This record gives sequence, C-alpha cells and structure tokens, in this order.
Amino acid sequence: MTAQIKGGRRRAPPAILTAPAILVGAAMIIPVFYLLLRATEGDPATVVSLVVRGRTAELMANTAALVAGVLALTTLIAGPLAWLTTRTALAGRGLATLLVTLPLAVPGYVMAYSLIGMSGHYGFMNQVFGWSLPRPEGWLGATLALGLYTFPYVFLNLRVALSTLDPSLEESARALGCTPRQVFTRVTLPHLRPSLFASWLVVGLYTIGDFGAVALMRYEVFSYALYTQYVAAYDRIYAAWIALILVAIAVSVIWWEGRLREGTHYARTGVGTGAARRLVELGPAGQVAAWGFVTLVALAAVGLPIAVLAFWLSAEPVLPSLPVLGRAFWQSVSVAVPSAILAAMLALPVAVLAVRYPSPLSRLINRLAFVGYAVPPIAFALAFVFLSLSTARFLYQSHILLILAYSLAFLALALGPIRSALYLARPSLEEAARSLGYRPLGVLRHVTFPLIRRSLISGMVLVFVIAMKELPIAFLLAPTGFRSLAITMFSRTSEGMLVDAAPYAAAIILFSGLFVGVVLRQEGRHD
Amino acid sequence: MPTTRLSSPLLTAAVLAGLGTPVVAQDLVLYSGRGESLVAPLIEMFEEQSGADVEVRYGGTAELAVLLQEEGEASPADVFWAQDPGALGAVGDMFAPLPEDILNRVPEGLRDDQGRWVAASGRARLFVYSPDRVSDDEMPASITDLTGDAYAGRVGWAPTNGSFQAHLTAIREELGEDETRAWLDGMVENDTQAYSNNSSQVQAIADGEIDFGLVNHYYLLRSKEADPNFPVDQALFEDGDIGNLLMAAGVGVLQSSDDQELAQQFVSFLLSDEAQAYFSEDNHEYAVVEGAGSGNQEPSFEEVREAAPDVDLNTLDDLEGTLNLLRDAGLL
Repeated sequence: MTAQIKGGRRRAPPAILTAPAILVGAAMIIPVFYLLLRATEGDPATVVSLVVRGRTAELMANTAALVAGVLALTTLIAGPLAWLTTRTALAGRGLATLLVTLPLAVPGYVMAYSLIGMSGHYGFMNQVFGWSLPRPEGWLGATLALGLYTFPYVFLNLRVALSTLDPSLEESARALGCTPRQVFTRVTLPHLRPSLFASWLVVGLYTIGDFGAVALMRYEVFSYALYTQYVAAYDRIYAAWIALILVAIAVSVIWWEGRLREGTHYARTGVGTGAARRLVELGPAGQVAAWGFVTLVALAAVGLPIAVLAFWLSAEPVLPSLPVLGRAFWQSVSVAVPSAILAAMLALPVAVLAVRYPSPLSRLINRLAFVGYAVPPIAFALAFVFLSLSTARFLYQSHILLILAYSLAFLALALGPIRSALYLARPSLEEAARSLGYRPLGVLRHVTFPLIRRSLISGMVLVFVIAMKELPIAFLLAPTGFRSLAITMFSRTSEGMLVDAAPYAAAIILFSGLFVGVVLRQEGRHD
Repeated sequence: MPTTRLSSPLLTAAVLAGLGTPVVAQDLVLYSGRGESLVAPLIEMFEEQSGADVEVRYGGTAELAVLLQEEGEASPADVFWAQDPGALGAVGDMFAPLPEDILNRVPEGLRDDQGRWVAASGRARLFVYSPDRVSDDEMPASITDLTGDAYAGRVGWAPTNGSFQAHLTAIREELGEDETRAWLDGMVENDTQAYSNNSSQVQAIADGEIDFGLVNHYYLLRSKEADPNFPVDQALFEDGDIGNLLMAAGVGVLQSSDDQELAQQFVSFLLSDEAQAYFSEDNHEYAVVEGAGSGNQEPSFEEVREAAPDVDLNTLDDLEGTLNLLRDAGLL
C-alpha cells in the first residue's frame, strides 16, 4: 500500500549528516559570490546596454525552445528503454542497458562534429555510401546533438526508480481491477515523478549551460552571449552579469522542481523485501521490435560517433604511441575516479537530509546543491581560482582543487539517483535499526547504504563519465602539465586538426564505456 | 558486505591518484593557447638547447587570457603564447617589456609598439571557395564586394571567432565606422551564413552548404594535406584590399615571472631560424623574421605581403568597439 510519509517525525538530524550538508550548501554559494563580486565592478550604463536589448529576449526564447526540444527527445528515447530493460523479459537486457548507457561517454563536441561530419557532400555518408544527407543545424541539429548523449541521464534515473519501486504496489492495483494503462498512469507514473523531474533538471540545466554543441550547430542561445563575452571580449566583469542571469534562470528552474518534488513522497511499506517482479513477456515480434529500437538508438548515439571517428582515423592513420595514450588515460582517471567518489560521498548526507529529515534547511541545501552544476563552468572555475589564490595558495592548480571543484560542480548528478532511491526505500527499516541501538552512522552504513547502493553507483558513474570529458574547468584549475585525454584532444582540434584528435576522442569513449560496462556488471552480480 | 568489496579498489585508486603524481619543479611555465601537436616539438627543441625544464598548460587562448587576468600577480606563468594579438592586448598590462634585440627581429607592424609582445608566426586572412561552384568572373576583387547580389546566401563567416573580430577591427580602421557598419549590415542582409570558426566554414564549402568563406589561410592547407582532392580552394582579394590582412600569433613574458631571463630566452628561441622554419615548413604558417625562409606554400609569404593592406597590428586594440558593432548588427 502507498503511504505518504509526512515530514513530521520532528527528530533532529544527527550532526554527522548536517555538518557536511551545510558545508556543501555553503560551497555552492562560492561561485555566486564570486560573480556578484565581479559584477559590481561593472559600469551600470554598459551593463544595461548589454543586458537590456532585443537580442537578449531572442536568445532566451531560443534557449527555452532548445530545452523543451531536448527534454522531449530524451524522454521519448529513455522512457521506453527504461521500461524495456527493467520490466520486460527482453533478451540480453544487460547488453541493451550497456548499449544505451554508453552515449554518456561521448563528448558533446564529438557528437556535434559527428553529426556534421556524417552529412553533406564531403560527409562520411556520401563518401562511403553515396548518400548526401542534409547537414543538421539550428534548433533541430542542436536538439539532436544534445539529446543523443544526454538521454542516458533520464534512462538511468528512470531505471533506478522502476527497479526500486515495490512491485506489490502495482500487483495490488492490478488485483483491484486496474487495467495495465491505469496501473501505469495511477501507480507507476506518480512514483516515477521524483526521478523524472530530477533527470529533467539535470538535462535542462546542462542544455542551458552547453556551448560546444550549440556553437557547432549554429543555434544561438543565451550561453552563446556568455561565452562570447568571456572568450571574444576577454572580459570577466560584464560576463559575470550574463552568468548571473543564467544562474537566476537555472535557480528558478531548480526551485520549481523542488516544489513539485517535495509535494508528496512515496515509499514502500509493509513486510518483506518486496516480491520478485513479474516481467512482461514480449513474444518474438516484441523482442524484435524492442531490439530494433535499442539498435536504432545505439547506432545513432554511439555507432555514429565511432563510425565518423574511425573514418577520420582511416584518412590519416597517425596513432599516438601507447605510452602517450596511457599517460593521458591515467591522468583523466586520476581525477575522474576520486571526483566521482567524493561527489557521491558529499551527495549522500544531502540526500538523506532531504528525504528523512525534511526541514526548511534541508530543502535549501538540496536546492543549493544544484547551483554548482548550474553555474557556467568557466565562471565556476574562475571562482575557485579566485578563492584558492586569496585563501589557500598551496592548493592552487593542484589535483586536489580540481577534484574538489569537479565533485561540487557535478554533485547534482550523483544527488538525483541517490535521492530518488531514498524516496522509494522504506524508512521503517532504518527506524528498526535505530531502535536496536545503532548510532546514526551505523544506520547509514548498515541499513541505508545497502538499500541505495545501486543508486550510489549510478551517481558515481554519471560523475565519472562527465569528468572524463570535461574541458573548461580543467583548463583553468588542472595542474600545469596535466594532459588528460580531453585536453590532449582539444589541443589538436584547436588547431583544426580533427584527424589528429580522433584517437583521443575514441579513447575517451572507449575507456569511459569500459568503465560503465564493468560497473554495470558489478551491479548485476550483486542483485 | 558487498559495498566494501566494491568501493575499496575504487578508494585505493583514488588515494593513489591523489598522491601518485609527483610535483616536479619547473624552470619555465608556459600558458599556451596554441595546440600541443604544434607546440610540443618546439618545446623539446628548446629543452634540449637550454637544458631547462618547461611545463606547458594548454587551453583555449581566450580562457587562458581570462585566467591570467584572474591570477594577476599570483600567476605561476612565465610566458603566454596566444593565437591572436587581441588576447595579447587583453593582458598587455601584465607583460614585461622585451629587450630591443628580440623586438627588432620582427617587422614593426608585427609587434607591440610598447614592446610587450612579439609575433612568433604569421597567418593571412583570405577567402576560401568552391572551385566546382564558383566561376572565374565570380571571384571577388574586394571583401566589400561580398554584399553584392551574386553572393547572396553563398558566403560564410565566423562573427564570434577571434581572428574574424581582429580582422573587423582592421576593417574599421581602414573604412571608418560608418562604412564598416554599412558593410556589416549589407552582409547580414545578403544572408551571410554564420559559423563558429574557420574550419567549419571550410567543411561547409566541401559539403556544398556555402560557396565562399572568410578564414585564415592554413586551415585549408591542413585539409589538403590529409586529402589532396579536398574540394575547396583559396585565394587572395586584390592587392592592398583590407580582406587580405596579415595577422599574427604572438608571445609575451609575464612581469610576475621569477625567471625573466629564461622566459626571454624562450621568446628568442621562437624567433630563431630553426623555430621559424618549423612554423612555415611543418605548420603551414608564415615566418615573421626577415630572411628566415618562408616554406613553399600557397599563397607564398611574398604574395601575402604584397597583397596585404598597410595595417599595424597595434591599431587593432579597440576590441570593445568591434564587439559593439557586431552586437548592433545582431551578430553577437
């Protein structure tokens, strides 16, 4: 049965949760303070002339259209896939899951380059098959490029929700005479809401802040104005104003999502660990259709970039030596793995506070936790340059600072799945443990942790994969001499040497893909 | 417990990663907006010659310029090597003046008039076109011809790109504010297609999307190197036309550098015959030191010098004015 857990247990959260959560919240405000500091250095008349103009409205409208397009596309791709891989007897579900998670590993600029490199007269499709496809660009091109590598965020979130949701709820609804459609709209869908909103938030904020794919697709959005100000005018002051507007838009979206999510909470109650789920049989035609969909998505989102990269590699096979590639790989991993672990560790107390100890403070912290992700990366990095030079010079351009910055910037990615899983995990188990004399940390470790282990892993994978391909923050905060795969790739594309960059782009996709594969296998083994 | 089994190897990796990278004392720290495949061989040569240890921070030219501004006096950088004079101008206040003997190796128009930076290599602005779709009588004599009906919807440009913006500053210098504004508006009305950078225009011509593009000279040469049949060509406008601007990538030494001498030695090395030959022969750019050999590329440095308008790169510092003009034209 569904029980609404009201926030009113009126138990104060233990300090072991509150202290790190408050620290996270405070850290998230740093970049906003930095931007305000820079913004106040500006001349008001120039600010007004930059911000209040018709162009701003046009860029905002374009941004809104792009977000709407990307959310629709990602949900249409991810929804059916999440259902197929958790609720049906689809043959080879593990492989299907892996195939449609892999696009996460594709850097946005690689996806955009691939879509462009595939089409047109000189494109890959025309040279190999003789098909001259129209070049994707503008709204459609940007929506496709962004949607094709961000949909796994929605997929992974929905998957966690669908597999954590107590099957007895749906069984009961069915027993009470609901049609499958009614079960879906009245029971399943409402329970998916927290994860759907969390993933929309992540994808939406990503879309608002992305510049690379959007620029290549020639679609002019608000981040365009911001990037131009930093990069064309070498200006940090008026750029801060534009960044603050972007942050304001993002924050209003974050608050709106919070209100929707915090309305009601669902958890499973009752005894037992939840009955084993009955999987929907697909039949031979269904299996073929389902795999057809999985294949189509995988071909478009992973096959295409790999084919275009392979095509470029075949043009001029200058392969980097293995030690060089290995070094770049190790440097990438040396930052991405600790960032993923730290982000998940910091997200955990924030999530537990939100779900088990709702209060104005926990709500505030949970919203602030997304601010790091919403601040444009170049502004985020500058804030940490400023902070570390003025307070902790010894940390400047160190591994530790980069890891800290990544874990804060991407904490939101880990927070989503963990929070969704907690909403669906039974609090009564934790209470039982507490009544048996466990300390709060013991409860967290022995009861909560195993319950949400899968979501913690999902969160870490999301952070790891994005940290492997991130560029602007690494440019400013990485140790000098740091040559990750992404930086090595960029320092070739920046001179227009796409062919030389291809092996590194391929390595990012391959290594991130292998990591995702290993983690998903681990996950499967423990179930 | 399954959780510990899973996370302990990860944690070990994390700890190793945090501690595993040794901190090496560097003699020279270079912030490079130029790419690694270009810079790395030169660095190796310099390290061999000088015995010094150089650490390079690669990044976008603009990101590094903004980073230097944020770092100020605290910057660990000794030398900044940028793709364009605009970025050097943006951090000009932070550079220490270079000695005369270094400055004098480069023609006057290709160095800062206060001696704070010098060009290390040159590049030409010109136009690329499709030899399949453009007839001889359609070849434009001037960049200002591109507002004509014959070019409607067929031309590409990159209004957000640094090279284009520096070029536009030169056009303002040459034509004056009003005429430049009229040219920009004419280009917009003529349905000129905006791209994010040089190489995407070259690619778009190959793909049949546009017939002309306004770019730096070396992008096409690199595509041709990979594929000699690449279906795009390039040409200069008429001699002296403002469309044929000669531009530079340059370098400066930071005031905050704790080893000015070594930093200057590096700048001097970039202007050596050896390094200059590398730019023109291996990288399709132009040498900026007189008599350093200009490689054998199309168009040749002599042709470019001949065709270039008489514009001093020092006059290209009013970037803000250029950006305002672009904003008014609805391009930013």
